[in-house]
Amino acid sequence: MKRNSIAIVGAAETTDLGRIPNMSQVQLHADAALNAIEDAGLKISDIDGVATAGHNAVEIAHYLGIIPSWLDGTSVGGCSFMLHVNHAAAAIHAGLCKTVLITHGESGKSQQGRFGRPIFPSLFQQQFERPFGATIPPTMFPIPVLRYMKDYNLKEDQLAMVSVVQREWAGRNPRSTFKDPITTADVLNSKMICYPFRLLMCCLVTDGGGALILTKAERAKDHPQKPVYIRGFGESGETPLISQMDDFTSSAAFRTSGKNAFKAAGINHNDVDHLMIYDAFAHLPIYGLEDLGFVKPGEAGNFIADGNTRPGGSLPVNTNGGGLSYMHSGMYGMYALQEGVRQMRGIAPAQINGANISVVHGVGGMFGAAGTVVMSNNDQD
Amino acid sequence: MTDQRELPIPTPETKHFWEGTKVGELRLQRCQECSKHYFPPRHFCPGCGSKKTVVFKASGYATLYSYVISHIPAPGIKPPYAIAVAKLEEGPKMMCNILNCDQTPEALVLDMPLKVIFQKVSDEITLPQFEPK
Repeated sequence: MKRNSIAIVGAAETTDLGRIPNMSQVQLHADAALNAIEDAGLKISDIDGVATAGHNAVEIAHYLGIIPSWLDGTSVGGCSFMLHVNHAAAAIHAGLCKTVLITHGESGKSQQGRFGRPIFPSLFQQQFERPFGATIPPTMFPIPVLRYMKDYNLKEDQLAMVSVVQREWAGRNPRSTFKDPITTADVLNSKMICYPFRLLMCCLVTDGGGALILTKAERAKDHPQKPVYIRGFGESGETPLISQMDDFTSSAAFRTSGKNAFKAAGINHNDVDHLMIYDAFAHLPIYGLEDLGFVKPGEAGNFIADGNTRPGGSLPVNTNGGGLSYMHSGMYGMYALQEGVRQMRGIAPAQINGANISVVHGVGGMFGAAGTVVMSNNDQD
Repeated sequence: MTDQRELPIPTPETKHFWEGTKVGELRLQRCQECSKHYFPPRHFCPGCGSKKTVVFKASGYATLYSYVISHIPAPGIKPPYAIAVAKLEEGPKMMCNILNCDQTPEALVLDMPLKVIFQKVSDEITLPQFEPK
């Protein structure tokens, strides 16, 4: 597919984020969708493709009054929205539809109209993991980390630094759930959740949503916002079972998705001005930086502790505050994409001056799936 | 919080495994084409796709590959408890709890030797668990 031939022309989050008990989950989808449609200068009737995760895409289309000619219900966890961007770009390119709406809404905190799990139950998880008490993300996602810590001599205070740096970014974002600065001591003294993970190393649980609108880049001039071009993308999956991850220090899904995205975009790591790595837990940016190839295996802990990803650092990462401090409804990928769009439009609260290329990388399940989107604010190859 | 942990519901491809634990055998599968030892159970080899596979009794020896110690209440399990991954002598990894051991980082040392122990949790289900060797 030709680089930059598809653009994001509409992007918005729900009007409120955090605790939204007066809205059902479908309402959150619709609130975000209507905001994005307005942002794109469109009407609902202009939308002919609908994608969502964690919810039946047909219900979202029906709720909005759309009879779509293209649907995507890929639901592989929090990175599903990255995959939707990829699939939507391919579908538009193939002529299956013209204008795609991707929605996310999740009543993670208030549980208003949130039925069932946003990811399909796994046969083997039921038999070979859940009986041992591995039933919710904090009891599953951190399982590989002690292996990583031993193999690469990563220290707990380096893990804690991930949370500290995220909070520095969150302090620059008025919509962040948590803004007050924290220290590594704060993190290491916070409540033990699942050793070695403490409360401040775990993501938030909030309500919210977001939506994106994609169309052909040649139509972007018809829309009021500065277009954000899809320069390249990748996706992959490894296993729904954290215990069956091949290498506990590296995600095969991350490596495959990242490699393909960089190749498709025709960029190298020095070209990246801004990076989002889905941070459901504090180890995710460490694995992400290494598996995407920004640093060598075992180097990310020092790279973050040395300040490279913090405000003013050489590689700004998770500039909205991330899932650790900004918001995390359950499937955070949409918010990472929204921040990538804001940075490329030049309107982010913690704007990186002169940023032209943003890489947005998401995880689904517990290192189960991955999606990577390379965005650009210009259509130069 | 219920007082019973979630129990596995065996399926056709896993029946041999759960029948094995009931009689004190940890059963793995081996591919007769490429010699791969694999778990979880499947009727074909996930390495090469061959359907020529055999069930065999594993040694029950493993090492502690990684773990967390959960402080979160869970059905039928009293926190804090370790959720661990044992690396079997034959190669595959398997999730388990570590029994007959303090549930502390000091007692749970990575790469320490483990051996399988069978924990009967209902008339139908016996879980494969591990303890320090």
